[in-house]
Parts: sequence; C-alpha cells; structure tokens
Amino acid sequence: MSKHHNKGVLLEIRDLKIDGYADETWVPIIKGVDLTLRRGEVLGLIGESGAGKSTIGAAAMGYARDGTRISEGSIEFDGMELTTATSAEKRALRGSRIAYVAQSAAASFNPAHKLIDQHTEAPLHYRIKKRMEAQEDAMELYERLRLPNPTEIGFRYPHQVSGGQLQRAMTAMAMSCRPDLIIFDEPTTALDVTTQIEVLAAIRDIVDQFDTAAIYITHDLAVVAQMTDTIKVLLKGEEVQHASTEKMLDAPEEEYTKSLWAVRSFKRPQKSRPEDDSKPVISVQGIDAAYTGGAKVLDDVSFDIYPGMTVAVVGESGSGKSTAARVITGLLPPMKGEILCRGEALPPRYQDRTRDQLRQAQMIYQMADTALNPKSRISDIIGRPAQFYSGLKGQGLKQRVDELLDLIELDPAKFYNRFPPELSGGQKQRIGIARALAAEPEFIICDEVTSALDQLVAEGILKLLDRLQQELGLAYMFITHDLATVRSIADEVVVMQNGKVVEQGAKEEMFTPPHHPYTDLLLSSVPEMDPNWLTTLLEERGVDNIGEAASV
Amino acid sequence: MKDILGLVAKRLGLGLVTLLVVSVLIFFAVELLPGDIAQAVLGQMATEETLAKLREEMGLERPAVVRYLDWLAGAVTGDFGTSLIDGEAVTAKITDRFINTLFLAAYSAAIAVPFAITLGIIVALLRNSIFDRVANVVTLTSISSPEFFLGYILILYLAVKWSMFPAIASLSSGMTFLELLERTFLPALTLVLVVTAHMMRMTRAAIINLLASPYIEMARLKGAPPWKVIVRHALPNAWAPIINVVALNLAYLVTGVVLVEVVFVYPGIGQLLVDAVAKRDFPIVQACCLIFAATFILLNLAADVGAILTNPRLRHPK
Repeated sequence: MSKHHNKGVLLEIRDLKIDGYADETWVPIIKGVDLTLRRGEVLGLIGESGAGKSTIGAAAMGYARDGTRISEGSIEFDGMELTTATSAEKRALRGSRIAYVAQSAAASFNPAHKLIDQHTEAPLHYRIKKRMEAQEDAMELYERLRLPNPTEIGFRYPHQVSGGQLQRAMTAMAMSCRPDLIIFDEPTTALDVTTQIEVLAAIRDIVDQFDTAAIYITHDLAVVAQMTDTIKVLLKGEEVQHASTEKMLDAPEEEYTKSLWAVRSFKRPQKSRPEDDSKPVISVQGIDAAYTGGAKVLDDVSFDIYPGMTVAVVGESGSGKSTAARVITGLLPPMKGEILCRGEALPPRYQDRTRDQLRQAQMIYQMADTALNPKSRISDIIGRPAQFYSGLKGQGLKQRVDELLDLIELDPAKFYNRFPPELSGGQKQRIGIARALAAEPEFIICDEVTSALDQLVAEGILKLLDRLQQELGLAYMFITHDLATVRSIADEVVVMQNGKVVEQGAKEEMFTPPHHPYTDLLLSSVPEMDPNWLTTLLEERGVDNIGEAASV
Repeated sequence: MKDILGLVAKRLGLGLVTLLVVSVLIFFAVELLPGDIAQAVLGQMATEETLAKLREEMGLERPAVVRYLDWLAGAVTGDFGTSLIDGEAVTAKITDRFINTLFLAAYSAAIAVPFAITLGIIVALLRNSIFDRVANVVTLTSISSPEFFLGYILILYLAVKWSMFPAIASLSSGMTFLELLERTFLPALTLVLVVTAHMMRMTRAAIINLLASPYIEMARLKGAPPWKVIVRHALPNAWAPIINVVALNLAYLVTGVVLVEVVFVYPGIGQLLVDAVAKRDFPIVQACCLIFAATFILLNLAADVGAILTNPRLRHPK
C-alpha cells in the first residue's frame, strides 16, 4: 500500500462470491472477498489449498473455471465490469491486458508447439506486432529473464527445456503484450529451491521493470514475503487479514495468520547412532544404477540407516534420491554394489526376496492420491498387506486393521468402509502410512510424503511419523527436497547431487558451516521469512551467478 | 529421425511375422474343411479313381506342410495358383477386382475422412448443443443400420425416385473419370455413411478429453477464441487416437465392402470372394483372405507410424 497508494486503481473486486459445483448442488467457495489493486502494485494471496486463492486469481480475469460460477459481487478492471461483460469482451482482455502464469509450466505449455510460437500467439492474435517483431521481442524478454541462448531457446519444444526455464519462458509469454496485470498462480511451487531463486528473481525484476501490477498466489509465506507489497491471507474462501508485507511479517494479528507463521516450529531432538555394535537396519553399499539403456543415475552411493533413526536424503530433482529408494526396495536391481539388511545381503530383485525380506522395506509415497486405489475400501487397502505378511484372517484381520487405524489417529468406526476419494489429502497420506505399517516393518521409505500437503497438515503427518517411530522403533529414510522438513525430523542427512553423495553426517553438523559448496547452495536457497532475503542473497551471489551457473 | 526409422522397421518386421501367422491360419483353415479340393471340384458323384487321378494331378497327396510352403512361395512371388473353376490364374483374376475395390475405398475415404474429422471438430466446439446431439443421433443411426439396408434406401430415393445417380455400379472400359465417379457415387456414399460416425465420435472424444488440460486453460487465458483453442491447441495433441480409428475404418473400406458390392453389383474383390466361397474355389478364397489381412496389417502399421509422427516428443528428441 506504501509506494503505490497514489496510483490509479487497476482492479477493484467487491464482495465477490463464487460457487463450486459439488454433489449435484452449488456450494459457496468464495464468501465475499474484497480486493483493490493499484497500478504497479504486487499483492500476495496466501492460504492453504481449498482457501480459494486460485479461484480468485482466475476471477480477476473474469474467468470461472469449469464447475464454478461467479454468483455475486463485482469485478471492475480499469473501469470495465467483468461480471456483466460479454465473453468476447472478456476474451479481448486476456493475454493482452491481463496475463496468467500457471503453476506447472511443463503442463501449461502446449506440447505440440514451439515455445516461441506459443509466445507470439497473443501479440499476433491482437495484431499488436508482426511475427518477426514479436519473435524479436520474445528473444529480448528471454534475455531479460536470463534464459540461456535467448535467440535459440524459443525454437525448442516444451519437453526439450527444463522446468525452471519453462517457468521463466511462461513469465516471458505473459509479458508478450505488456499487460497491466499478471496473475502468478503458484509459479515456483513445483520447482527445486535452487531453481526457485532464479525464477523468483526473474519475476521480480521483470514486474519491476515494466511496472506491471501482479497478484501472486502461493502457500509459501517466505516466498510471498520476497515478492509482494501487500499480503492478503485467505481461509476457506474468506479474508482473514490484509496488511502490508512488513506489517504482516512483523506483527501478524489474527490467530490463523500466526498459526501459519508457526508451522515450521516443530522440531524433535536429534538422536545419534546406537553406541553398541548393532548393525544398521539398511546399509547401502557402493551402488551404481541406471534405467534401461540410460546413463548412470546412481554413482557409488553408500549410506547406513540405523534402527530407530531418521535419515533424510536431500537433493534437487534428478539427483537420484528416488532411484536410491527403488534400488533398496528391489524395484531396480543395481549394476554394482549391494544392499545389506542387518548385515545380510538382500537379493537385488524384489522377485527373489523372501516375504520377510520384503516386509523390511515399505514405502510411503508423495501422491497419496495416486498411490491408493480409488476403488478399494480403506479396510482392503490396509487389510491386504496385513493378510499377506501376517497371514491374518477374519476377526483377527479386522482387529488388526482397527488397531492400525487407531495408530494413525483415524476412527476405525468412521473410516473402515470408506473409499480414498472421500478423504482429505492428509487423511489419505495417513492411510498410506497405515498400509506401510501393516507389514510390521522396521524400516520405511518416505518419498516426499509431505510435499503435496499444506503446511499445517504436513506438520500433523510429521508429528505422527515421529510418534510412530518412538512407539514402534522404526527407521525412516526420508526423501525430501524441503530443508525445513529435514530440520524438524532428521537425525542424519545425506546430500545427493547428480547421482553422487556429496556430503553426509549428523544433522547438526550439516546445518553448521563449513559445508560442501553444494550443501551450502541448497541451504542458502531456502527462502527465509525476511522481505530482504532475496535481495541480500542476490547481492551476495551476484546477479549473473543465479542463472545456470548456480545450478551446477 | 533415426529412431523413427528404426521403429518403423521394427513394426514392419512384426507386421510380416503377423502376416506369416495369418497365412498359416488361412491355409490350414481351408485344409480343415470336410473333403478336399479334388472332391470339391468333381462333386459328390466322382468315383474313387477319378478323385485319385485329380489328387495326383494337383499334388494333393503331398503332406500339408509341403503344400503350404509351396503355396507360400508362390504367394510371395505373386502367384496364387489357378482357379479351380475355370483354370485361370488367380492373380490375374484378382488384380482388376482389387484395383476396383481400392478405387471405391479411396473414393469413400476421400469424402468420409475429411468430412468426419471436420464434423468431429465442429461438434467438439459446439459440444452439448442441439447440433452436437443431432449429429450424434444421425451418425449413430447410420452406423447402426446394416449396409445393404442403407444401400437400398439410397437406391430407392436417389436412383429410383429422383433418378439422380445410377443404381447399378457396373463398370465398362472407356469410361471417363467423371463418369466413373458418378457411376460409383451411391456405393461410395453408402460406405461414407457407415464409417463416418466412428471417426467423428472419436475425433470429438479425443478433443474433449484434452479440454481439461492445463495448456488448454492457458490458451483460453491467453484470449484464444474457442475455435482456435480446439483447432490449434487440442487437435494437434489428439491425432494419435484419431489416426488409429481412421486406419481401422480405412481397413474396413477395403475388407468390409462385400455387402455393398453385392447390392450395387460392383465388380470388386468382395463380389469375387462371395462367388468363390459359393463355388468352393479355394485358391481365390485364400488369396483374398491374405490380401485382406495384409491390408489390415499395413494400415495399422501406417496408423502406428502416424501416431508416432504426430508426437512432438518422438519427433524432436531432447
């Protein structure tokens, strides 16, 4: 509100109400939200999933997604009322005066066309530029957004370009007609921390350079703190608080806002390896692995996981974290090296492992949505492994399922007969945990189990995992790219890069300097709750170093 | 590009193997029929001696495997043996007929494919409108009616009542191309009516299936008008299933025309096959079946290659 308060109002939303279609009836999902955006102002919309952030973002373009409708209120963009405008009038604004940057650039670029052809589509459509002009302008924008080979990269297809580069190319595309307003819908959520910085810096620069107003939608407070002038906090379709970014960070007023801030506070004491000569429950020794016909994905990877401990495996996407898990479970036999379980070598292929060996390595997946069969009852999902590994039947089996449901803090009476699609994200993830526990393992691989969840829900899952560890003496291999999660739950950390282990050790050591340069890069790339964090970091690293140089 | 050539070569190889298996099935299926060819030729009244003589003449006393290999070797060089009825070379008998069938198929396809895909795009654009429903009902009705019924209806109205087109599609030498097109219009139209619904509905479904994709929403939010969203953003990604259905229908145009040829007395391979079956002229039956199988395999191969070529990930590897 500070530096823009004397500029003209660009977007004025009054008492906006939006309905969503669910169970054959319209239910309100946005319950009266006001919003004022001046020219050049950047507003952050934050809240958990289901808070209605994206719906409001789309509504600012006069767009109601399939299955939603704007039921009440007014949306006035630069003097034009969008709720009563014809679809042709609204369409004429989109792409030219209001642009959109989507969460997953990889999914939002059309796979069938070159980047530059998608970029020039809107300027050509609106006859703002000729094709050659538009292409030259695209190359200039690519350069400003620090994309490598700006004159050439546009002529590639989306699948030939990395995720971080695509996200910048999409920001460039949004700029193609020099809009007055850009809606950024979680533009960095799907990216690694190191890549996120490049994109954040690029977005901030370009929005600044062209004095474009923006609505920045995210669930990450630290990110929103870097990008915006004011922040609006939403909860279940209603505004909780609206204030300038500094004020919001320094003195959050509402309880809910405070709770969002407090999320990262969960931390359990670090445990150290057992003193006696007990063997590691899983020992990975000198593993090389590759997918069929591909290059080596793992290169001489070794680490140990002792009973009752949590080992976090961190690294960017593509660093080999999940491949290591596949080797341990026997899904991908290694080319070299072996996996020991309590000192005994496990057969490389899961087909050759005995039931008792299989029991040892259970997995919990990132996307509980896709990891649970939507057509199976909860009782079957959990009951199947219980039956397979323990041979339980009838009443005994039912008792065991009830026990497991109790363990994950879901009421058996309520959940026993339900199907996964009826559950919330956090509940589904709990079912995933119960399924792993049904095998009575000593060791569980958690593959990004909290990264698809809201922070409060994620914290609940972390607490649950911690409690189960204490009660059942489990060892976890915790694959994640989120260092905040590592801080709260890990005992030891393994840092991976390009298929190699670059550093490993106890957590406290890993978080105190000196670090391996790559660990340092990872750690310093985690956004902090300080509005000046990005600026300071960019100064330290030098603007030219945040592009491709930093991702080495 | 090298990868694609490799893929095509691999598919072609698999196609040949399939064809070989089919040739075995065809040959031995005929073998399984009661009686043998000699009996079929001479009829019920033949004496043992004449039968034995004919068998010797035709080489029927040799083991089946040897005769199969003999037949296969001939087929590979384009020699399908001689007709049992008039002793003419099967290849010569079939060639003209097959060209006629291919002509009719190409004629129908030239109308049906563009028509069906355009209609599919339009109904995807106007989905759930009255037009969409009417188009669906009409095409479904035409696909659900048997071809001979459709054919006779067309003859009744377009040929008999309104005398717009000839009812019989017999060919004579010295016809100009235009005359040919006019003469064969009714059978072609019948075939168009039979194959359109399938292709149109697949085009519609393949496009609508993509409309929930994030890149379609992106196109809308870039201000693209609805037709452009469909034609430029959805269609290029929908080709693979469409091409497959088109190929299946093209194969049907070649192999499934028997009834239409009979209704319109069109001198195609289907007529020949029906005659040959009735007269137990096995060499012709076998040759026709093999040609049909080859057509199916070739068109499916073309569909696979087409689906690969429309996939940018395969066309432009990293």
